Amino acid sequence: MEPITIIRSDPSPFLVACHGCDLLHRIDPLPPGATARCCRCGAVLHRSKKKSVERTLALVATGIILFVIANVYPFLGFQIGGQIRQSNLITGVAELFHQDLWLLAALVLTTTILVPALQLTGLLYVLLPFYFRLKLPKRMTMFRIVRHFQPWGMTEVFFLGILVALIKLSKMATIVPGKALYAFLALMLVLVAMMAFLDPHVVWDSGEESL
Amino acid sequence: MTYPLIPAGHVSCRSCHLLCRRFPDESGEKHLCPRCGAVLHFRRPHSIVRTWSLVIAAFLLYIPANVLPMTHVISFGKGQSDTILSGVLYFIKTGMWPIALIIFTASILVPLFKLIILTGLLISVHRKSTWHPRARTVLYRITETVGRWSMLDIFVVTILVALVRLGNIASVDAGPAALFFAAVVVLTMFAAMSFDPRLIWDEMEMPYDEQSSG
Repeated sequence: MEPITIIRSDPSPFLVACHGCDLLHRIDPLPPGATARCCRCGAVLHRSKKKSVERTLALVATGIILFVIANVYPFLGFQIGGQIRQSNLITGVAELFHQDLWLLAALVLTTTILVPALQLTGLLYVLLPFYFRLKLPKRMTMFRIVRHFQPWGMTEVFFLGILVALIKLSKMATIVPGKALYAFLALMLVLVAMMAFLDPHVVWDSGEESL
Repeated sequence: MTYPLIPAGHVSCRSCHLLCRRFPDESGEKHLCPRCGAVLHFRRPHSIVRTWSLVIAAFLLYIPANVLPMTHVISFGKGQSDTILSGVLYFIKTGMWPIALIIFTASILVPLFKLIILTGLLISVHRKSTWHPRARTVLYRITETVGRWSMLDIFVVTILVALVRLGNIASVDAGPAALFFAAVVVLTMFAAMSFDPRLIWDEMEMPYDEQSSG
């Protein structure tokens, strides 16, 4: 016995309950770029975006390449006199782990490497077949997981952290930026743009027989 | 222009916003969204208790996070420990006050304001307050969005620890406050996620309710 039925039959115009205050709205198809807000609490109900899937997919592909570069090449060099120390993106995590701060290491690993990797691969899994009108199993679950972990991807906060750390060290030593640093900067911008171009309702409305 | 509230017996999926109907079966088993597979709840489960516990835990951890040293720095043989605040003061002393302001905001002000706002929201829900629900919802949304930026200092420590590793010439180790501080950030993020903003509106008079049931 199925305990839940769906009352919505056709995808648009459709009914949406505001997730901020539960007020029920009927949203007619929006012109591209338009935003529908809840008339009571002001929460965004829906944002319509032009060519959402194509643009997001292009950014996902770019992001995957940048992600590899950012993780493989040297990130930063630290030089005092003749001594130099090279580091990769993962070095900080490894050092925290060696200092027995493995909880902290896990947190940094998750927010700067694992969640971005999950977002890139997850969106590739959902959107690439979508673009070719294919339906892979569990794509809705995957899409839900990607969106659920979105607040835990913190590449832009990490980048601000790099700037602060470099300013702090600038009087002490010479900093040698590596290729991975530039790739990481680009990756951060790509990840932000990727989520901004994504219109989740395009994916949600593509199927109901997901599970 | 009037809109009804969500009709009785219906539930909106938190993840994909699909409006689902529940048969009057409150057997306690979990219902999944037929479209995205998320667990369906009318309100986030145990929202108030969970948010209170996380907020109180974060308040307690906020103290050692600010009192204990965040980093141990060795520079040409001399050792020095820095707390979050002494790090901020260092930037002010060396004339880099924009950086001082960024760190002070992200590490000290934001977590404190988050905790104060969440406490205020919880108290307002307890007192069945009808005070400016929209303003309270906006406060909640700010709390939810801005919290991740508190991770800034954790990342600064991570980068310092990775880079400054030249033995006695210069090296940085993470201090005990780093762990407490990270816990504060994570707990306040979870606290914001477990609070259900719809609770703010539940106490409001429901001018449209009659229409939807009619």
